[in-house]
Amino acid sequence: MAENTATITESVSLPLQRQRHYNVGVILWRVLLYVVVLWGAVIFAIPFYWMIRTAVMPPYQVNLFPPEWIPDSINFVNFRAPFVGPFPFARWFGNSAIVSVLSSAGVVLSASFVGFGFARLRFPFRNLLFIVVLSTMMLPEHIKLIPTYLLFVKLGWINTVLPLIVPNWFAPPFHVFLMRQFFMTIPQEMDDAAKIDGCGWLGIYGRIHIPLSLPVMGVSAIYQFTFTWNDFLHPLVYLQQVDKYTVALGLRLFEGFMRSNIQDMMASALIAVMPTIIIFFIAQRYFIQGIVMTGVKG
Amino acid sequence: MSTLNPAADAGTRAPGRRWTPERREALFGFFFISPWIIGFLVFTLGPMITSLVFGFYRTDLLQIWEVVGFKWFRAVFTDVLVRKAMFNTAYYAFIMVPLSTTLALLIAVLLNQNIKGQSFWRTVYYLPSVVAGAAVAILFKWLYQPDIGLLNSILNPILFRLSNFLSLETPLVAPRWVFSQEWAMPSVIIMALWGAGGAMLIFLAGLRGIPTALYEAAKIDGAGPVRQFFSITIPLLTPTILFNVVLNIIASWQVFTQVLIMTQGGPNNATLTMVLHLYNTGFSQFRFGYASAQAWALFLAILVFVLFAIRTSSSWVQYER
Repeated sequence: MAENTATITESVSLPLQRQRHYNVGVILWRVLLYVVVLWGAVIFAIPFYWMIRTAVMPPYQVNLFPPEWIPDSINFVNFRAPFVGPFPFARWFGNSAIVSVLSSAGVVLSASFVGFGFARLRFPFRNLLFIVVLSTMMLPEHIKLIPTYLLFVKLGWINTVLPLIVPNWFAPPFHVFLMRQFFMTIPQEMDDAAKIDGCGWLGIYGRIHIPLSLPVMGVSAIYQFTFTWNDFLHPLVYLQQVDKYTVALGLRLFEGFMRSNIQDMMASALIAVMPTIIIFFIAQRYFIQGIVMTGVKG
Repeated sequence: MSTLNPAADAGTRAPGRRWTPERREALFGFFFISPWIIGFLVFTLGPMITSLVFGFYRTDLLQIWEVVGFKWFRAVFTDVLVRKAMFNTAYYAFIMVPLSTTLALLIAVLLNQNIKGQSFWRTVYYLPSVVAGAAVAILFKWLYQPDIGLLNSILNPILFRLSNFLSLETPLVAPRWVFSQEWAMPSVIIMALWGAGGAMLIFLAGLRGIPTALYEAAKIDGAGPVRQFFSITIPLLTPTILFNVVLNIIASWQVFTQVLIMTQGGPNNATLTMVLHLYNTGFSQFRFGYASAQAWALFLAILVFVLFAIRTSSSWVQYER
């Protein structure tokens, strides 16, 4: 990434230097550009800011009208609220963590396995089957909801984390696509060399493709983690006991309970979104690379 | 499913040594994709067909299993509430898809202007889409609070001064957002626009793929920035635009979490969307047959619009290379 930006600035700053006596129009345009980008960013950041400022605000200040932008003092007492209330918030957090981590692991392992098959092996109907993969990528979730619900009822999996995890161990199409696109970029010669050295297909997959695809696996894992962490529909359908809830689902119970304590509500919401934000910042570089890589070249 | 037979044949017909490398490779191929095949049959194709079958039943999924023929599929067209939900969902999608695609494209193009601190701005614009979901809906519900919410505490003084300035008889008042029938859906849309960062990131990737040589050539030919934008950037970005539009159509027609948390479909069903309605029909009223029929109706609607976008795309999407 750093290299990319460097080359971009170089290529653009060269002509700039050559024509120093730039006209007023260009300068105005640059100023306008920064003003628009800055204002847009402020608008995009305000909801976040508001969430944080309310979460750290002393309770007496929250309900003042008109609302005040800067907290008198920063305090963390509100963050205790979700843990001391009548709901098992820590438990929900743990449930979300288990579900999100195991879903990500399943997606990465299964989708890379399947992606390798589609990228590297020749077998009958391969292209047809890959078209099926692509079209199921676009399939809306709700169409499968009721029969899948019945299936999990019959299996006795309601109120367990299994319905939220197990389907992700069977190669969700989006991730298969991501992996396959990546494997296609690994030179065929590497496979051939390994084959000559006596490597079987599993060896080629395990010794060449897995080590080379760690970045894209990271992308896949972050995508899935974020998605599962934020998912609301599936936990809502499959989890009915309050202590089995995930954080996203549980927040909704807080809403009724904390109606008069908006600072507690915002502190809870902030804790709830923290993991996805932290993971995004840790893995930002891979994540954005991955999106560039999947190409979307039509 | 018949597509699987060759694999089975290859397995049974060719024992031990007589495996040719091709057969071996095919066998391994099916071995590698087997997790997907199982998942596809059990969690996708099976449920899809089953939900179509459920559409012909009156069922609570427990004791009641009564065949009702096409009753539910006909009801989908006549039921006032389903029509309302369809209309609301279409309203949401038809505003959301062009608006969010344009917004995402606009931000991406601005950030692509060799701007200082690009990765910082990119993060600011992208971050909201990382936290999409229940927490955001709860946050916005509070921002939209008509009397003490942030939005109206900014808007109302401005509108008040504006009314004074124009000396209006009845002063302008900010809308009551999610509590007002007319403004509830726009409120949901505005909140969803906050998450335009996802599409923006894809556009940025697309913009990066445009060769700079083209711009240099255009400059030599005397094309200004506006001309360059409409003659190079937009045409070369059309595949990305199509991709985002298709993704956005699919997501918009399934809007659910936000409306459930912010309005529960209200006020007066103004934000009742299809997925919310079929969820209510199934999981609150235990009319799973009717809910399945609604799910199929929604699926077909999505399919029509996605196919429409893809079909017409040949006239506006430029594929090069």
